Parts: sequence; structure tokens; C-alpha cells
Amino acid sequence: MSGVKDEFWRWQEYHRIMPNIKWSSKDIITAGVDVGSVGSKAAIMVNGEAYAWGITRTGSNSPESAKKALDFALKDTGLSVGDLKFIVGTGYGRVNVPMANKAITEIACHAKGANYLWGPSVKTVLDVGGQDIKAIKIDETGRVVSFLMNDKCAAGTGRGMEVFADLLQIPIEDIGDISLKVEKEPDPVSCTCVAFAKTEAMGLLRKGWSKEKVLAAYTRAMAVRMANLINRVGLEKELVITGGQSKNIGIVSRIEVILGVKTLPSPKWRDGGLDPMVAGALGAASFGKALYEKAQKA
Amino acid sequence: MDLGTQRVQVVALKDGAVVGRAQGFSGFDPTKAAEQAVNEALTQANLKLSDVNHFAATGSAMDMAPYVNSTVSMMGADAKAGVFLAPKARTIIDVGAEEARAVKTDERGIMVDFVVNERCAAGAGAFIEAMARALEVKLEDMGSLALKAERASPINASCVIFGESDVVSLIHRQESKPEIARAVFDAMADRVSAMMHRLGINPEVVLVGGVAKDPGFVASLNRKLGLTVVIPKYPEYVGALGAALIAATRVKEAPK
Repeated sequence: MSGVKDEFWRWQEYHRIMPNIKWSSKDIITAGVDVGSVGSKAAIMVNGEAYAWGITRTGSNSPESAKKALDFALKDTGLSVGDLKFIVGTGYGRVNVPMANKAITEIACHAKGANYLWGPSVKTVLDVGGQDIKAIKIDETGRVVSFLMNDKCAAGTGRGMEVFADLLQIPIEDIGDISLKVEKEPDPVSCTCVAFAKTEAMGLLRKGWSKEKVLAAYTRAMAVRMANLINRVGLEKELVITGGQSKNIGIVSRIEVILGVKTLPSPKWRDGGLDPMVAGALGAASFGKALYEKAQKA
Repeated sequence: MDLGTQRVQVVALKDGAVVGRAQGFSGFDPTKAAEQAVNEALTQANLKLSDVNHFAATGSAMDMAPYVNSTVSMMGADAKAGVFLAPKARTIIDVGAEEARAVKTDERGIMVDFVVNERCAAGAGAFIEAMARALEVKLEDMGSLALKAERASPINASCVIFGESDVVSLIHRQESKPEIARAVFDAMADRVSAMMHRLGINPEVVLVGGVAKDPGFVASLNRKLGLTVVIPKYPEYVGALGAALIAATRVKEAPK
């Protein structure tokens, strides 16, 4: 096995507590656990406001990944799982979140989470995860109106980017910036199949293309696929991007160019803000609060 | 010379008979890999480079072939070699690492029609490779493993990446590895047979390409098609053989 510093595909696992929020036992504290195909995310909300979250890599065991993410989110908060009034599981592994009181689809959770992160003006959400691309139309309350997803083919998803990061030996978090360092945008590659990503990249490098140009061509092709999905579901402003690829400026800026619209700017987690990669988990925690209140009234 | 995405194969033909046969990994430099394989095949036949009348190249990286006098389409090469090896062959299925195709041929080995599954790994050898990795089984053991199963596990067969995720959760649920392996081959056979139905299945059906060496895939494909496919002795060399056979006709047409 190579050392951590050689794993160019590896994105940062981290946890965060919002310093401006305090909790007491009287508060409604809920959690959302989003077990994705590549990343597992957990978010804690206090009275429906984002309080803490954790992001880890999904392992081969979904229940364990769910627990790991939730423990990571609870770290240093003084809270334990027993303090959580309601836990909602979501994501590709949602049926395998053992501590959850309820499972809700990631479509509904991303819609809800996007509404929480950006407010009622959001009408179209593009969620790009490790193996998923979803275009979701929502109303001003964050409810799903319609959606489309790539259920037959993983082409153009985040996994392909991991392959490129490894092959080109560029840290995955720098890939977006580097893909924009081309004088002229090359034509998109004709094939974004994740299984062929390696041979595709090698073929282009063999032709004498620079790393930047190879990345630009691949990122462009991914962005085209995503833009097509958005157009098929019907683009309505405002548009936002959630999921891991929302952090890839190469993807975001190309989608904006192709569609001719600006996306609402993403909060910057490195500067103390929220993280659009946690949108699904936040949406789930938000549903948790509503479900808890409904149960109390009944 | 057949320059594929994963391997290069070279066949040397003298007076219509195979006298040398060699292969290597394409790697980063398929040109060099082909040069080495040519050298090896000629050494087997006690021949020198200068003895060769005509070099023909085929395969997805044929534009990188060394010494080349002419190129041959991959479908043309399949048809020519398929009929040379099995005179009654009218359909040639070629399943390689990254591409699967079916070629309809006439009795002279001239391609009539073809269909290709390209740009998707789910119908090609890459699918088996990815699944073998996920199962932590050696690629060459996948076939014998699959043959032990009575049934197939349910997996998403439309995409290698989705299939991989399914396999990981199936392993975690401790499903039987043979049944997972069989599901992989059944899924590939489904895709290949769907492709063939678009072309029309004309017996005899000859299966060539590297994946033809896998007994697991052959069993699944035979079951799916309801017939027994013919497999030549060196199925991975069929592309190179076809190119060599066509090279021979080009020598006759235009002597060097």
C-alpha cells in the first residue's frame, strides 16, 4: 500500500461544529445520515439549524459507515446518539442506517437541504456524487417537483475524477483549478465511462496532450452530461450544485458556460461556512425535526 | 498486428500457414510493444524483418503500428479469420477488453454487416476484470468459479461501476462468490446477445477475442443463445490472423 500522501484521489475527511450555536436538553436535536456510494455524511441540527457535521469515506459495510459518520459529526459536541430526538437515514445506503428512525430518499433530502442552504429562490438542484448525477426540480419550500438521474450508467460522475487524480498525480482538490489552466478549451472526450477513464486519459497523454488539457477535455465531457440532464428536467433559476463535485470549480464553471446561467455561490466550508456536500444529510436532519414535532403532537 | 487497448498480438503467415505468434501488453507505448511481438513471432519462424512482404495492422490503436504497409478494419479482420478457421462460420462475436462486436460474414470471409458495443464497459472484458477485483478473485479463476453456481445473484448489470457497488454489498451479506461470478457472466452474455439480435444470429457462431478463453462467459453465452458457439484454438489472435490473411491477398495484388 502506498502512503497517504500518494493517494491523489483522497478527498479530505473532516468534521465541523458551528461555534454560534449552543444546545440544551430542551432543544430539538436531530440528525441526518447520508450514506453515499463514495462518501458518508452526517449532520446534526439544533431546532432545525445546522450545528455540526462529519464527512468520511464509505467503506464496504454501510451500517458501519453510517455509524462512523454519525460518531464523527457528534465528536466534541458533548452529545451522544441517545440525545438525538430523531435520526433520518438517506443516500444509496439509507436502508442500512441501523440507528435511523426513518429512511427518506436522497432526492427529497437534497431538495430539502438545498432549500436550507440557499433559501426559497432555488428551483433546480444538481447533485453530483461519487456515482450519481441527479437533476431535481423543487418548489420554494424545498419539495421535489420532478427529477431525473443516471440510473443505468455511472459515466461522468465523481468516481471518474478520482481515477484521473490518481493517474495524473494531481490532488483531487486541485483538479478543478488545473482543468481551467488551458488557453483554449479542447473538445470534450467522447467517452466518460468510469471504467475506461484510465485508458482514455492514457490515450490522450500518449498523443502528447498536457495534463491540463486532458483534464479540461474530461471535465468538459462530464459537464456536458450534467447540463444535458438539467436541460431534460427543465432548467429554472436559481440553479445550485450539491454533492462532492460542487467543490470542483472546473465542473461548476463549465456548467455555467454551457447553460448560460450562473449558479448561486456555494458556501465555503474552509472559511467556516456550510458545505454543499452535506446538503443531503442536512435535509435529512431537517426532515427529522418535522417528523419529531409531528410525533409529539399526535 | 492487432494493437488493442490492453494487448498487442502478432501473427506471422508464410504461404498461408501460421509460422509465428506472439503477444505483449500495450502499456504506454503500443508501438514498442508491437515491435517486440513482431520480433518474437519472426524469431519463432526463423525470419527477419526484411523477409516480410507486407505488414497489416488492425485494432483500436492500429494508427500506432510500426512497419505498417496497410491497415485492416477490426470487423474485416474478424470476418476473414473467422471463416478461415471455421469455414461454416457466418457470425463472429469478438469480445475484447473494452469492446464487443458481432460481425456477419459471407462464405468468403467478407464482412456483410456488424454491430458494436463501444464506449461502455458493461459488455466487455473490463466488466469481468472489475468484478474479479471486487470479489478478490484472480481474473483467470472467475470462469471456473461461475461454473460451480446453480443460479446467479441479482446485480446491476447495466454499468460496471454500479455492478461493483452491488458486488461489494453482496460480499458483505456473505452471498456465495460463485453465484456472484455467474451473475457477472450472465449479465455480459445478456448484453452480447442483445447486440447479436440486432444483427440476426446466423450459425455457425464463432466466439473470438480474449474473453473467449473464459469458460464462465462461454457457458453463459451458450445458455443465453441456446446454441454452442465455436471457439478457435487461439481466440485472442484472431484479429492479428485476419490482418495477416488480408495482408497476404494484398501482396498478391501488388507485389513488393
